[in-house]
Amino acid sequence: MYEFARGPLVSIAFAVFIGGSFYRIISTILLAKKEKVILPFVSPRHGLRSIMHWIIPFGSRNWRIHPSFTILTFMFHICLLLTPVLTLGHIMLWRESWSLSWWSLPPVLSTLMTIIVILGGIIFFLRRIADPTVRFVSSWSDFVLVIIVIAPFVTGFMAHQQICDYNAIITIHMISGALWLVIIPFTRIVHMLFFPLTRAYMGGEFGYVRNARDW
Amino acid sequence: MKKLTEEQQVVDPGLDEQVKKLTPEMIQKVVKRVLTKEASARLKVYIDTCVRCGLCAEACNTYLSRNKDPQFAPVSKVKNTLWELVKRKGNVDGEFVRNMARIVFTECGVCRRCSMYCPFGIDIAYLLLLVRRICSLLGVVPQYLQDTTNSHAATMNQMWVHQDEWIDTLQWQEEEAQAEIPSARIPLEKEGAEVMYSVIAPEPKILAQLLGNMALIFKVAGVDWTMPATDGWDNSNMAMYSGDFEIMGRVERLHWETAARLKVKKIVMGECGHAFRGAVYDGPRWLGWSFPPIPMVHAIEFYYDMLKSGRIKIREKYKEHVTIQDPCNTVRGRGLGDKLRYVINELCDNFTDVDPRLEHNYCCMAGGGTINCGPPWKRSRMKSNKVKAEQLAATGAHIVITPCHNCHSGIEDIIGFYKLGMHVKFISEIMVETMVIPEELKG
Ligand code: SF4
Ligand code: SF4
Ligand code: SF4
Repeated sequence: MYEFARGPLVSIAFAVFIGGSFYRIISTILLAKKEKVILPFVSPRHGLRSIMHWIIPFGSRNWRIHPSFTILTFMFHICLLLTPVLTLGHIMLWRESWSLSWWSLPPVLSTLMTIIVILGGIIFFLRRIADPTVRFVSSWSDFVLVIIVIAPFVTGFMAHQQICDYNAIITIHMISGALWLVIIPFTRIVHMLFFPLTRAYMGGEFGYVRNARDW
Repeated sequence: MKKLTEEQQVVDPGLDEQVKKLTPEMIQKVVKRVLTKEASARLKVYIDTCVRCGLCAEACNTYLSRNKDPQFAPVSKVKNTLWELVKRKGNVDGEFVRNMARIVFTECGVCRRCSMYCPFGIDIAYLLLLVRRICSLLGVVPQYLQDTTNSHAATMNQMWVHQDEWIDTLQWQEEEAQAEIPSARIPLEKEGAEVMYSVIAPEPKILAQLLGNMALIFKVAGVDWTMPATDGWDNSNMAMYSGDFEIMGRVERLHWETAARLKVKKIVMGECGHAFRGAVYDGPRWLGWSFPPIPMVHAIEFYYDMLKSGRIKIREKYKEHVTIQDPCNTVRGRGLGDKLRYVINELCDNFTDVDPRLEHNYCCMAGGGTINCGPPWKRSRMKSNKVKAEQLAATGAHIVITPCHNCHSGIEDIIGFYKLGMHVKFISEIMVETMVIPEELKG
């Protein structure tokens, strides 16, 4: 099981993630082309301007009026994306398998970032229950998704701290990590891929077409 | 049985009687048509991308005004309507359609503030307009709003104004203006004029003096202008909001064709927000143009140009304490907020700005056709805009200036309902009071 997870499973997961992501983005752009009233209003300058305002903490009014949520979501997302890519253990494996290698985070830092992801996930989960509006629009799948997203971090943390049987935990870690990759293009986590597209389109509709700001 | 809310009990034959005529097959057919033939990429991406974070809630005046009732968050309105339609593939009953129509027509002014608060820029107003489209094709539209659309279809204007009444009103207002400046004119059908001036039907119908005001302003500024004597003068467009896009397209086409027939260089349009939106954005796109075929400027921009270039000079600034209602469709929809402030500061001595302001201003909750849903829904609209009343009261001003007809009526309603003791004015009203009329024109 460990061998399978380590070898083929991870490769398949990457292939599905990369292939699936390309498929979602390209098919969306083709569909947008067919809808006719989208591409004529896309402007790289205004699109980028809008993206910048929203990926910088406190760059938009809505980020400013919710400071604690803003700090939480930025820390969560930054750690979520960077930790897996910059963890020493992962890089060693990639070097072995695909002879790819780059700079890694000091282990203390990656542990800290892992904890941030886990805590962030838990807070998001609780917020879904506690905030009446968010609860009203959430369905069970939203809760499951949070669990899938933080599962690899929880198991990675446990493996690193040698909690439970290492081999069992690391196998579960790889399986949950694979699941994490695979669901990105096919569930609401696709917001990661679509963010630049929807934001850029709105940036164009506001900035290029209407000469107004959308942040 | 669940207790019905006050809003659910409102009687409106346009909804109540019409849903009785629906069959499940009709509903499914229309839903399928709109969701597969008329919408594609945006609908799909917006539904897949929404992470249900609720951040859009903060944007909506209805949500903020109703003690953060989750039902009024923008995303909840989408959930209660579109998500269900998609999930159930249109397999919904008349009761569902009735509720859906209530939500999209009377509890959302399609002001697009929420798309500025969603981190993904999801265009919720567009999604809710799609639902209006479905309602319209099903014939379930608030009766007053549908009547306005019918008026567009029959007379090409919003208020059943006939051609003779139109011409008559213009001539009457020309005479009124001549009492002030004897050479003032409202030139009809002048081919090759620099400017065609467009208004919306409430002007000839109930606010005719605004036409007389413009005759004075154009005269003083020395603008070569004209108005059509035929249909095609009204560029308001309630069909755009009722979801009857075929009629929306006809109205806009006639308006542009009229300008083309008169061979004008540009159109200046009166102080109205949604009419600008219809003429410049929704209309052209429906007709297959990315941008309007003839340049069009909104009154705010026109006044700005006239003041900036000195073609209109101010004799003595207006003394009353004023504030602004930024109309969504010209401020969020055209970025004219700064020019609006320039104009107000040129005209007025004592101006206090609103907060939030510019693109972030709250909608008046009259726009998007909501005020046209008529008296049955007025109380609901008022409850949906407590924040506006608070925002205006905080300025301490006496006069609210707004260059938009819908905002004008909407703010008047709010002032009355919340007893704010303020008055609403158009820019042109203050401009004619304060501008310099050169001696040689006084005659
Ligand atoms: S802010 Fe955007 S993503 Fe969040 S719930 Fe509202 S529409 Fe959905
Ligand atoms: S009223 Fe404005 S902010 Fe509220 S849902 Fe409609 S478009 Fe969004
Ligand atoms: S009436 Fe005025 S504020 Fe209200 S939607 Fe129209 S333009 Fe916006």
